[in-house]
Amino acid sequence: MSAPTEITEPAVAAAVDAALAAIDAATDSAALKAVRSAHVGEASPLAALNALMRSVPGDQKAAAGKLVGQARARVNQALSAREAAIVEAEATAQLAAEAVDVTAAASTWRAGARHPLTLLQERVSDVFVGMGWEVAEGPELESEWFNFDALNFDEDHPARAMQDTFFIDPPEAHLVLRTHTSPVQLRALLGTEPPVYRIAPGRVYRTDELDATHTPVFHQIEGIAVDKGLTMAHLRGTLDHFVKALFGDEAKVRLRPNYFPFTEPSAELDLWHPTFKDGARWIEWGGCGMVNANVLRSAGLDPDVYSGFAFGVGVERALMFRNDVKDMHDMVEGDVRFSQQYGMAV
Amino acid sequence: MRVPLSWLGEFVDLEPGTTPEAVHAALVSVGLEEEEIHRFELTGPIVVGEVLEFVGEAQTNGKTINWCQVRVAADGDLAADGGPAIHGIVCGAHNFVVGDKVVVTLPGAVLPGPFPIAARSTYGHVSDGMIASAKELGLGDESAGILVLGDLGLDPEVGTDAISLLGLDDSAVEINVTPDRGYAFSIRGVAREYAHATGATFRDPALAVTATPSTEVFPVSIDDVAPIRGRIGASVFVTRVVRGVDPTRPSPAWLIARLKLAGIRSISLIVDITNYVMIELGQPIHGYDLDKLTGGITVRRATAGEKLVTLDDVTRTLNAEDLLITDESGPIGLAGVMGGATTEIGAETTNVLIEAANFDPVSIARTARRHKLPSEASRRFERGVDPEVAAVAAARVVQLLEELAGGVADGLGSLHDATPERAPIDLPTGFVSGLIGLDYTREEVRTSLAEIGASMTETADGLAVIAPSWRPDLTDKWTLAEEVARIVGYDRIPSVLPVAPPGRGLTRTQQLKRQVATVLAATGHTEVLAYPFVAEKANNLFGDPVSSTVPQIKVANPLDGEAPFMRTSMLPGLLQIAHRNLSRGATDLAIFELGSVFRPVEGVSYGSTVVPPAAVRPSAELEATLNAGIPPQPFTAGIVLLGNTVRHQPGQAAIAASWQDALTAVAQIGLAVGLPILVRQGAHQAMHPGRTAELFVATDAGELSVGFAGELLPAVARGADLPAVVAVVELNLTAVFAQVTGELQATVIGTKPAATQDLSLVVDAQVPASDVLAAVREGSGTLLESIELVDDYRGTGIEPGQKSLTFALRFRAPDRTLTAKEASDAKLAGVELAAARHGAHLRE
Repeated sequence: MSAPTEITEPAVAAAVDAALAAIDAATDSAALKAVRSAHVGEASPLAALNALMRSVPGDQKAAAGKLVGQARARVNQALSAREAAIVEAEATAQLAAEAVDVTAAASTWRAGARHPLTLLQERVSDVFVGMGWEVAEGPELESEWFNFDALNFDEDHPARAMQDTFFIDPPEAHLVLRTHTSPVQLRALLGTEPPVYRIAPGRVYRTDELDATHTPVFHQIEGIAVDKGLTMAHLRGTLDHFVKALFGDEAKVRLRPNYFPFTEPSAELDLWHPTFKDGARWIEWGGCGMVNANVLRSAGLDPDVYSGFAFGVGVERALMFRNDVKDMHDMVEGDVRFSQQYGMAV
Repeated sequence: MRVPLSWLGEFVDLEPGTTPEAVHAALVSVGLEEEEIHRFELTGPIVVGEVLEFVGEAQTNGKTINWCQVRVAADGDLAADGGPAIHGIVCGAHNFVVGDKVVVTLPGAVLPGPFPIAARSTYGHVSDGMIASAKELGLGDESAGILVLGDLGLDPEVGTDAISLLGLDDSAVEINVTPDRGYAFSIRGVAREYAHATGATFRDPALAVTATPSTEVFPVSIDDVAPIRGRIGASVFVTRVVRGVDPTRPSPAWLIARLKLAGIRSISLIVDITNYVMIELGQPIHGYDLDKLTGGITVRRATAGEKLVTLDDVTRTLNAEDLLITDESGPIGLAGVMGGATTEIGAETTNVLIEAANFDPVSIARTARRHKLPSEASRRFERGVDPEVAAVAAARVVQLLEELAGGVADGLGSLHDATPERAPIDLPTGFVSGLIGLDYTREEVRTSLAEIGASMTETADGLAVIAPSWRPDLTDKWTLAEEVARIVGYDRIPSVLPVAPPGRGLTRTQQLKRQVATVLAATGHTEVLAYPFVAEKANNLFGDPVSSTVPQIKVANPLDGEAPFMRTSMLPGLLQIAHRNLSRGATDLAIFELGSVFRPVEGVSYGSTVVPPAAVRPSAELEATLNAGIPPQPFTAGIVLLGNTVRHQPGQAAIAASWQDALTAVAQIGLAVGLPILVRQGAHQAMHPGRTAELFVATDAGELSVGFAGELLPAVARGADLPAVVAVVELNLTAVFAQVTGELQATVIGTKPAATQDLSLVVDAQVPASDVLAAVREGSGTLLESIELVDDYRGTGIEPGQKSLTFALRFRAPDRTLTAKEASDAKLAGVELAAARHGAHLRE
C-alpha cells in the first residue's frame, strides 16, 4: 500500500477498511501483533495520515483532525476487541490442553495407619479424661509385690498360680512381666492422696499360647477410683457411662458375682449391645469390684475411711466384638493390611 | 466342677423338666460361671435283651464271630424298633453266655460319635442291631467285650429301656469354680447355691448321715513339727474301718453313670464309692487296704530326700515341706495329693481303712505344685474343705460300702479334730448399704447371711457373724457385704455416676506419645505391635552400637517357640514383621512401633530378694528399693522402611526407600515433639558404615545420644530375609521427651524486606555439610534469618577429594531494609568462620 499524500475521506476510509479487514483476519496473538504494527504502527497509513496533519491548513485542521482521530479510534477499538477475544480463546485452548485424568493421579505419599489396639486405648482414655479422670502408667516388667502381694494375691493362693505368669530369671529377684494393669492401681495410690480417679491402659503378659482367641501379649484397661464414700453403685454408674460413650446409648452393663483377690465384693462385667455381630447378647468383658481393703492397706490407706472401685477390661476382646475381628492372629502378626483398614480412627 | 442334674436334684428341688441351660443360668446369677453341658449323646431304641442262643462262626480273616438270637421284647410283642421280638445280631465279643442280659441298640438308635445303628449285612447275615459295650454307650473308656448287665448286678426284664436303666438320660452342667469357693466343688455346695439362685428348698446331705462314733481306737498321731506359716498340716483326721467288702461286686450302673458325667472314670466299687462321696460332699477320701498297713498311722513332714512310690507308680523324692501319711513301714501317701502304691486298694481288697482329713490348703497347694500333681483331692484342699464334713463323709463311705459292697462297719476308727473355733466378724449396722450403695433392710442383711449358713448375734452396733464352716473365704465385713449383695442380687444395685475432681488432662508425655504416633501414621507409616520376645543374638546385635554382649532380661519360663529374652531394641521384632509382610506380597513397607524396650544396665543386679508383706504400706525406703530393682524400660520408636517410598505410576518414576527416608521420619518426630533431633554421621554394628546417622538431642549437659537412623548392613538385612536396602530408625523417646521442657520463647517475626544471597563453599569432601552450615550460620550472626543447603557438587572444576556446597541464605534486620553490602559482609563473616574451622573457601 502506497503511503497517502493527502488527508481525504477516501484515503482515510481505505486505511480504516484495510486495517479492519486485517484485524478480522488475525486469529492469534502473533498475527494480531503484526496487524497492529502494520495498521497503527509508525509506518502505517494511519500514522502517515496523522503525520500529514502538520501540512493541513488551519481552517481545515479541525475537520481533518476529527476524520483521522475517529479513524484511529475505530481501528484501536477493533484491535482491543480482537485482542480480548484472542486472549480468551487462547486461554481456553490452553486449559483444554492442560486437562488430565484426575483418577490417574500419581501419589507421592504413602498411606499410613495407626494400630486399632492403640487407638482404642486412646479412645477409652479420652472418655475418662472427659470425666475428669487422669491417665496413669506403670512398667511392664514389674516387681512381684506390685503385681501380686500388694493386690492381695497371697503367695500360696490358687488365684496366684492361675495367673499364668512369666517370671524373670532369676526367680529369687521377684520380677515378673505384669499379668494385668492392676499394679498401676497401687502405683497411683502410693503416689497420690485420694481422691484418685485413674485410667491405666497398657500391655500385659500371660503364658497363653497364641491361638484364635488368646495371645501371650495383650492389652488391658484398668480403672480405679478411691475416695470417701464410693460405693458399688458408683462403679455401676461409671461402667454404664463408659460403655455408652464407647459403644453407643443402647449398650448396657450387667454385674455378676465373681472372685478377684484385689476386689471385694467382686463382679464379672458383662456387656450387652443390640448390634454386635451374632446379634444382641451378653458378652463377658472384664472384672470389677470394690477395691479390697488389703489393697487400700498396702497403699497405706485406712479402709474404714476410704473406699474405692476398680475395673479391668480386655482391649483385644473389645476389638473382637466391636469390630468383628475374628482371629487374634490378625492383631499380633503386624500385617499392614490389618491396621490399614482402620487408617487413623477406630 | 461337673454336676449331674439327677444328683443335684437329690439335695435341692428341681422343677420337673428343668434343662441344663436353666440350671446354668441360675448358677451364673450367683457367681458360678458356666462352662459346658455334658450328656451321653445317645438316643434309643436301646433296650435290654436276652441272649437266647448263639453260634460261633470262624471267618477267613481269622476272627470268630457269634451269630446271636436275642430276645428284645416279650413273646408276642413287637420290639421297640417295631421289629420282631427276637433279633438276629452279629457280635464279635465272647464274654457272654446264653441267658445273659445285654444292652441291644436297635435300628434307629444313635450312639455317641454319632454312630447311627441300622440293620446291615455282615459276615453273611443281616445283623438287626448291635449288642453294646460300656465304651460304645459312653460309660467307660475301655471295654473288654460287651456290657453284661449281670456284671452290674442287674437282672431287668427283657425290653426294658436301657437308657434310663443305666442312667444315660442324665446330663451334667459344668461350672467354673472361682478359687475362693472350694465348697462349690461338691454337689452339696452347688445345690446350696442353686437354692440361693432360685429360692428352691435345699436339703443338706451332710445332715442326712449320722456319724456313729468308733468304739475302738485306730492309732493315729498327728506329728507336725514344721507347720507352714503357723498352720498345722492336718487339723482334722478321721479314720473308719470296714471289713468283709466283696471285691467282686460291680459298681452299680447309676453310680458309674454319675461319676462318668462328673468326669471321673469308674475303677472299682471301693474306689468309686470314695470318689462318689468326694463329689457329693466335697471331702476328699482316701481308702487304704487295711491288710497292707503296718501298724497305726502317723501324719508328719517328710525328711528331705525321702522317697515314696505314688499310686501312679512314680518314685517321688520328697521335700521337707511335704506332708506325709506314714505307717510303721514308712511313707504310704502324700497327704491330700496322692496315695502310695504299697497300701493301694486292689482287686483282692476286703478290709478297708477310710481316711477323711482336713489338710492345710497351703501345704497341699505347695506339694501339688512341687510334684506337678494336681488332683481332684488337692484341688479341693487348696481351696478349703469344710472341716466339719470329714466325719460325715467317712460315715457316708461306710454306709455305701455296707449297702453296695457287702462290707460291715467295724468299731475301729479315730477322730482327731483340732479345728480352731471360728471368730465372729463384726458387721456394723449400715456397713453393707454404705459399701454397696443400696439401702438394704435389716431383714435383708440377716436373711441373706442366714441363707448362706452363717449364724449371728446382735451387738451394740450391728451383728457378730459366725461364718459357716464351709466358707473359709468369709473373713471380714467386706466379704459378708458381698454375700448380702449377691444373695439379694447384683441387679438391684443402682447406677450412680460419681463426679471426679477436675482433672488435668493428658500429661505432656502422654500427648507427645500420641503426636509421634499420629505424625508417623500421617506421613505414611503403618503402626504394628510386635511381641517383645527376642533371641539373645539379635539383642546383642541391635542393642548396642559396638559391644557384642548386651545386658538383657531373660524370661525364666518362656513359651515354646518364643525367644526367652526381652527386647533391647525395637528392630528385631519389626524386621520379623517386615519379613512376614514381604512373604505375603507387600514389597513396599513403612512400619513403626512405639513401645518399651528393656535395658538393664551392666553390673546392676535387679529385683529384690525381699518381698514386703501384703496389706501394709512399705516404708519409703523399701518402696524405693523395689522401684530401683525394676530395670529401665525406655519408651522407644522403631521404624523399618523397604521397597519403594513412591511407587512407579503414570508420569512418576519409583523412588526407593533409603536412609534419607529414615532421616525424614526422624525430622517428622522432631516436629511432632517440638524439639530438633540432631543428626550426626554415626556408626552401628548392625548398620551400613557409610549410611548411618547417630541421633542426638541438646541437653544442659551437652548433646545426648538418643538413637540411630540409616540403612542396615546389607548382610544383616539379608540375614532377616529382607532385600539389601532396609532403612531403619531406633529412637529413645523417653530421652527425647525429657528434653521437651518449659515453654518456647518466641522470636519476633521480621517484616522488613529480606536480602537473599547464594554462597558456594569448597571444602574437603569428608567434612559434614551440617558442620559447614553451622559455621556459616554462627559466623553470619543475627542478621542471618535462614540458611539451607541447596547443592553438593563434585567433579569438573573441583579438586578431587573436595566438594562444593551451595547454600541459600536469607538475611533480614528487624528495623530497617538491609543494604546489599550489609548482607554481603554478614555472609563473608560466615565464610571466614567456615574457613577457619573447616578450611572452606569461596568457589571461584
